Amino acid sequence: MAVEEKEMPWVGRSVKRKEDDRFVRGGGNYLDDIRLANMLHMAILRSPFAHARIESIDTSAAEAVEGVVAVVTGELLAEHKLAWMPTLSGDTQAVLATDKVRFQGQEVACVVATDPYVAHDALELIDVEYEPLPVVVDPKKAVEDGAPIIRDDKEDQKDNRIYHWEAGDKESTDRAFSEADVVVELDTHYPRSHPAPLECCGCIADVNPATSKTMIYMTSQAPHAIRTVFALVTGLPEQNIQIISPDIGGGFGNKVPVYPGYVVATAASLLIGQPVKWIEDRTGNLASTGFARDFHMHGELALKQDGTMLGLRVGMLSDQGYAYADAQPSKFKAGLFHVVTGSYDMPAAHVVTDGAYTNKAPGGVAYRCSFRITEASFLIERLVQNAAYELGMEPVELRRRNFVRPEQFPYTSVTGFVYDSGEYAKALDVALEKSGYEQLRAEQERLRAEGRLLGIGVASFTEAVGAGPSRDYDILGIKMFDSAELRIHPTGKAILKLGVKSQGQGHETTFAQIVAGELGIPPEDVTVQEGDTDNTPYGLGTYASRSTPTGGAATAVVARKLRDKAKQIAAHTLEVSADDLEWEGDRFYVKGAPEQAATIQDIAFAAYTNHPQGMEAGLEGVTYYDPPNLTYPFGTYVVAVEVDAQTGEWKVRKVVAVDDCGVRINPMIVEGQIMGGLTEGFAMSAMQQITFDEDGNCMGSNFIDYLLPTAWETPTFELHATVTPSPHHPIGAKGVGESATVGSPAAFANAVVDALAHLGVRNIDMPLTSGKVWEAMQQARSS
Amino acid sequence: MFPRSFDYLAPESMDDALSMLAEHGEDAKVLAGGQSLIPLMKLRFAAPDYIIDINRIPDLGSMHENGSLSVGALVRTHDIERSELIKDRYPAMAAAAPLISDPLVRNLGTVVGSLCHADPQGDWASVMLAMNAEIVCRTGESQRRIPVAEFVQGPFTTSLEPNEIATEVNIPDPGADTYGTYMKLERKVGDFASVGVAIHLSFDGPRVERAGIGLTAVGPANIKATEAEQLLTGAELDGGTIARAADLCAEAADPHSDLRGSADYKRAMVRVFVSRALSAATAGKAA
Repeated sequence: MAVEEKEMPWVGRSVKRKEDDRFVRGGGNYLDDIRLANMLHMAILRSPFAHARIESIDTSAAEAVEGVVAVVTGELLAEHKLAWMPTLSGDTQAVLATDKVRFQGQEVACVVATDPYVAHDALELIDVEYEPLPVVVDPKKAVEDGAPIIRDDKEDQKDNRIYHWEAGDKESTDRAFSEADVVVELDTHYPRSHPAPLECCGCIADVNPATSKTMIYMTSQAPHAIRTVFALVTGLPEQNIQIISPDIGGGFGNKVPVYPGYVVATAASLLIGQPVKWIEDRTGNLASTGFARDFHMHGELALKQDGTMLGLRVGMLSDQGYAYADAQPSKFKAGLFHVVTGSYDMPAAHVVTDGAYTNKAPGGVAYRCSFRITEASFLIERLVQNAAYELGMEPVELRRRNFVRPEQFPYTSVTGFVYDSGEYAKALDVALEKSGYEQLRAEQERLRAEGRLLGIGVASFTEAVGAGPSRDYDILGIKMFDSAELRIHPTGKAILKLGVKSQGQGHETTFAQIVAGELGIPPEDVTVQEGDTDNTPYGLGTYASRSTPTGGAATAVVARKLRDKAKQIAAHTLEVSADDLEWEGDRFYVKGAPEQAATIQDIAFAAYTNHPQGMEAGLEGVTYYDPPNLTYPFGTYVVAVEVDAQTGEWKVRKVVAVDDCGVRINPMIVEGQIMGGLTEGFAMSAMQQITFDEDGNCMGSNFIDYLLPTAWETPTFELHATVTPSPHHPIGAKGVGESATVGSPAAFANAVVDALAHLGVRNIDMPLTSGKVWEAMQQARSS
Repeated sequence: MFPRSFDYLAPESMDDALSMLAEHGEDAKVLAGGQSLIPLMKLRFAAPDYIIDINRIPDLGSMHENGSLSVGALVRTHDIERSELIKDRYPAMAAAAPLISDPLVRNLGTVVGSLCHADPQGDWASVMLAMNAEIVCRTGESQRRIPVAEFVQGPFTTSLEPNEIATEVNIPDPGADTYGTYMKLERKVGDFASVGVAIHLSFDGPRVERAGIGLTAVGPANIKATEAEQLLTGAELDGGTIARAADLCAEAADPHSDLRGSADYKRAMVRVFVSRALSAATAGKAA
């Protein structure tokens, strides 16, 4: 086995993760591990009310506490024009509240002190007088006439509507529905969830009063973009701002936006002239930073009696909280939700989306959902299963009948996506075979006769990742290319600098393997550097499964550029014409005389010691890669569950996941991503939600209420692969980081609903808690 | 965590602990396992000026039988979980222990501490209600024994006086022929109970000699289902009796609706669990 491994090409080999050595030894360098001389500590006072006018803030008692250096309020920030900041969706968000608080947990004031205990003590002494205001928690009520206007700070805002955005075509869709034999409808709420990374957010702002250099250590998935936003917000010259993202303990989208804590800490450091550290606590993280989902969705699927899909109608109302702060491409107001036709050759579709303000935390970050594809995939896969019940068809046969067929690729969907490649039926077949689908169905029949409830759920998802082509994709105007800079040193060792930023995805290994695959330099000889804006090329960062499609492509392209130069150098050192050279693995050799060869290490040395006259010395280069298209990973997940007929509890019997993400660079890392995503998909379907009571109190701001599954309840996953390369990616890879969170929630929900389908149950909204499952059974039994 | 500042006292004898408590009274909190107190201090919901850590006091960690079972104030849930004595003689306790929170909490959290915290979602109080246990409370001058049913008064409220330390929980001899269990509905491992049912039965031949039932998380405090206990006492466990007892327990429950489920659901789960437990008890008898 070991011998076989060694003979494998670098791309496709399960190389052990280079970064794990330091992580498993406790040697990671996370934000809170960093301590600077004279560093002060900041703590945030948060609003207890969801909606209230601030009558007064008295900070005198807090300022009198020994060790308190400053108390920062919105009023102070306003003097520096920093009380408000732009969001990544072009809205505005308060840094510290001035006029009103608009959600429970909103940042009201900050204490900067010599010690974090002192800072927390002083928080309790800040006296804020609030005048409570009517609270809007239901987005459907928020958009009704007469609802209290939440964003009255914005002159043009006369209601709580944020956007109205449509995709597809209404007329042709209406026509399709008029010709349908069957129309299946589904109303469902994809609940508000939270990325909940194990490491919360934080920063250390260090403004040097002597040089004006602003160093900010920050838990950021997108340091370059953040630097630009900081320059725009603060007016500081961008070349004086250096953002360093150290090791990050999970991001999942949570660490893309700019948060008030970052801005206040920076302002405080600027005013005080000392470094200021802010480490968010768990409640702060869950209650105030970018949440995810919270889509109220209505879907209608029109079909012919034989199961042919004719059209899809979707209405969606997004509960955005008090600011429209999604981290997403600016052209698409509801992210890529309009990819909702999924894996199906849908002749017509019309998608209508609206966003509403409510008195809740802002955000709507892409929590491992590829810009809202999770919600889309969930809706279509739930609809298809219900359509199968309506038609009396086997759900997988309904899917198979309507899949986009291999010969249709590149396939242009009616909502404007161009799917690059896919073999959907093949992945489905593997999933059915490996899960023993036929046997499960037979067992379901048998158990039903005994009164036991076995359910089998399937989801055949299609993802769209790797934003993105500059013609369509930008964030705040910055195009979503990404970059790689490769320097090969004289001894043949290399450093690869990237614009993306790992939060645990294994970039230090995966991208080194791409270099190894292109140039033959072993991955251990390639150091991958990310997250330091002064020392890496500009890029948009890591989220939405974009690193391999963009940064990975840039890596392959820059390596190929260097290989072209290496060929010229090899021709010089071997004293032959470049045309006479062949590349193999890690060397150029003379055609017909393989013993006359120059390895990449030989060539690297020559690049600095014996380069041809007239050629620039050195072996390094940089590439900014503008992807021609997104990549479209896909797959089929099969889940079997058994529901307890008395308690509504359900246990997962089997999960079989077949993923096709094109060429797998490091299969072990890919599988790790899929297992993590399946775990999160299970969590969303089974237990996770952030809800609010009628006063806007957040019922999910700690890990007692917001549940993370443990190894105990997380099911065992059986993983399989098919490989359909991306035709446009340099090495045929597609993004995979979010496939399982996109695809699996519907599979779990479909399985539970399927267990109760014979009772007439057609929907239970996530999370499918035992209480909700029991209520659904009670209703079905009584009707 | 950033609690408010406090003075930390670590007495090495019970007498010292009691005199410290006498001095500081309501300004002090007794620390045993800390698995409820410390989270409250972290959130600054509790901010005692003095912490009296009783972990250095000898003998509080012991558990022994002498006509009744004495469980000292430093006996950890983990100790219960691993005890052969408990496994052999106190099945309701044995069933409850591994269902409480997670291993980290069980390693430190104490049975007596859980009773003193009086969280209506706490598991141990239901078990002790079912077993008719008593809490032994001491001051410098006196000692008293309080039945758990009187000790636990409401959410996070007990009859413990500010100058008293609960030194042990005392559990009556269960008898030779017993059945006991604890059933818990939870959303994930380590979760508080959505619904919990503790049952302890002592048999005299086919008849129930003594019955104890405690309900968790379905009222402002753990509930002792006395009517069902009375029904079962002296009865044989036939289908009708089981159904009637399950109904009485469901009626005794006073749950409220929340994200864990509706009040109707929780009441129904009490019925399901009681019925399952009593059926399992009869299955045991039949075998």
